[in-house]
Amino acid sequence: MNYAHLLSELTIFVLAVFVGVEVISKVPPTLHTPLMSATNAIHGIVLVGALLIAVVAEPHLGPALSILAVFLASLNVFGGYVVTQRMLAMFRARPQAAGDDKGPVRDDLTIRLTEDWKP
Amino acid sequence: MDATTDSTTQLFIDAAYIVTGICFIVGLRLMNSPATARRGNTVSIAGMVIALGATCFQLDFAASWWIGVIGLGAGAFVGIYFARAVKMTAMPQMVAIFNGCGGGAAAMVASAEYLRLNPDLGPVPLDLSIASVLTAIIGAISFTGSVIAFLKLQEIMTGRPIVYPAQQVVNGLLLVIALAGLVCVAIGYLPLTAFFIALGAAALLGVLFVLPIGGADMPVIISLLNSFTGLAAALTGFALNNDVLIISGALVGASGTLLTLMMGKAMNRSVANVLFGAFGSVKKSDGGGSSVAADATVRESSVDDVATMLAGSQLVVVVPGYGMAVAQAQHAVRELADELEKRGVEVKYAIHPVAGRMPGHMNVLLAEANVPYPALIDMEDINPEFPQTNVALVIGANDVTNPDARSNQSSPIYGMPILDVDKAEHVVVLKRSMKPGFAGIDNPLYALDNTSMLFGDAKASVDKLVTAVKTM
Repeated sequence: MNYAHLLSELTIFVLAVFVGVEVISKVPPTLHTPLMSATNAIHGIVLVGALLIAVVAEPHLGPALSILAVFLASLNVFGGYVVTQRMLAMFRARPQAAGDDKGPVRDDLTIRLTEDWKP
Repeated sequence: MDATTDSTTQLFIDAAYIVTGICFIVGLRLMNSPATARRGNTVSIAGMVIALGATCFQLDFAASWWIGVIGLGAGAFVGIYFARAVKMTAMPQMVAIFNGCGGGAAAMVASAEYLRLNPDLGPVPLDLSIASVLTAIIGAISFTGSVIAFLKLQEIMTGRPIVYPAQQVVNGLLLVIALAGLVCVAIGYLPLTAFFIALGAAALLGVLFVLPIGGADMPVIISLLNSFTGLAAALTGFALNNDVLIISGALVGASGTLLTLMMGKAMNRSVANVLFGAFGSVKKSDGGGSSVAADATVRESSVDDVATMLAGSQLVVVVPGYGMAVAQAQHAVRELADELEKRGVEVKYAIHPVAGRMPGHMNVLLAEANVPYPALIDMEDINPEFPQTNVALVIGANDVTNPDARSNQSSPIYGMPILDVDKAEHVVVLKRSMKPGFAGIDNPLYALDNTSMLFGDAKASVDKLVTAVKTM
């Protein structure tokens, strides 16, 4: 057991917790649902771990369960980000122009999403 | 990590992971204002793409690329499909189920890693074995707990608390089994068996601890489960020696915990009370406890009367609750507000922190209906305005308006901060029937002299009000 390494990892963990608390405490209640959804997508980072254990010469969970692990994590990432983007697309300071007051319908949502997905 | 990765590549990967960490932090930072929040999400997505790109350099594609491609492709397809197809009112359960997926994945990663380390062949470093088994425990709780939360919110199973005798004892026992498994893994006593017993006990515990949680406590539970998955992701990072997992997991864990505590505070209940207090059981032990007199009568009003009252007001405050979400009345509410504003009435929305089924639930629904977010006012800021309010229009909200929380010490919700709608000149309550709200307690608000009730489905009633106001 490598104590120095564990300590540096713990340092990262503790500092990240403080950064998390600091950053989150500034988010207004209006955005709490999108915030939860955004952090939900972020823990989809476990996809990195899922790929690391699945895409190896001999996956220890066997092929089926390895696929399942990657599938679940990837569902978390993609679903999480799209849901967040959908929610955030709705927050506006002023109401939209007339003629678009039926709320987002699927088609115009798709356009908005594709626009947003360009980094 | 992997023997196939040389040190220069590893250096680049680690650098990319730092960039990912920065992206996530900046992304969350940008969420402090609705104006920049979308950019924040884009930054966060960029971070995720960078991390995944860097990870590809560590993978052994030659051997089993198809596992990654099938898993990732199917996950992306299903995830994007459901995230796009689902109605805005179904968001809480969507977030719950995606959260559960992350927890389940974390538990599986930990299991795979522990099998790779194979304790039967020789001792496993203590930090790695503890990190693995803890990930498995927390990930499993998060997975099964989220699935139950999803089933309850989707109304596949009842949203009311499910209580049975000795609930706490059974839960405690499962926790002890999981922790005993952790100890066995740590000291190397039948480690593999102990690992999977701990995993199984945790999975069962996840189911059992969400079962007794009723609908109105869901905001607390969803955000708690979110923080569990974050913690599981961070622990996966410890097990795999992967810094990006530690950073991201810690961020999410911290944010989830903070939100959970904020929700608890908004209900004036400790998180422990939410978890173990099962609101439903309070009702039984404390039969009456309400300050509503037995002979109290409620005044039923008509659509036309309410419409006249609304149109003649200067300030109308709409108080939305879960009932508005269920009836999907948010668009009709916005239409009503538009009509009133055309007639010079000021319309504001009072948002209780735990209205709905997840933190900020009402805000998202009203935003969907294009209500400008500056019109949504938090509890502390709107409460002083109720005495100047002509009509408080309560749509599908109940317990968050119950004056008993302020004054009746025997009420189960005594002490919970509420919206002081009873201080408005008139209160109009849109309600399906006189059935008590989630907490199963009477609301003396309905018997007040300045309160009138408008029975019926929230959306139908609001639609009728819109028509009535239009013809005025």
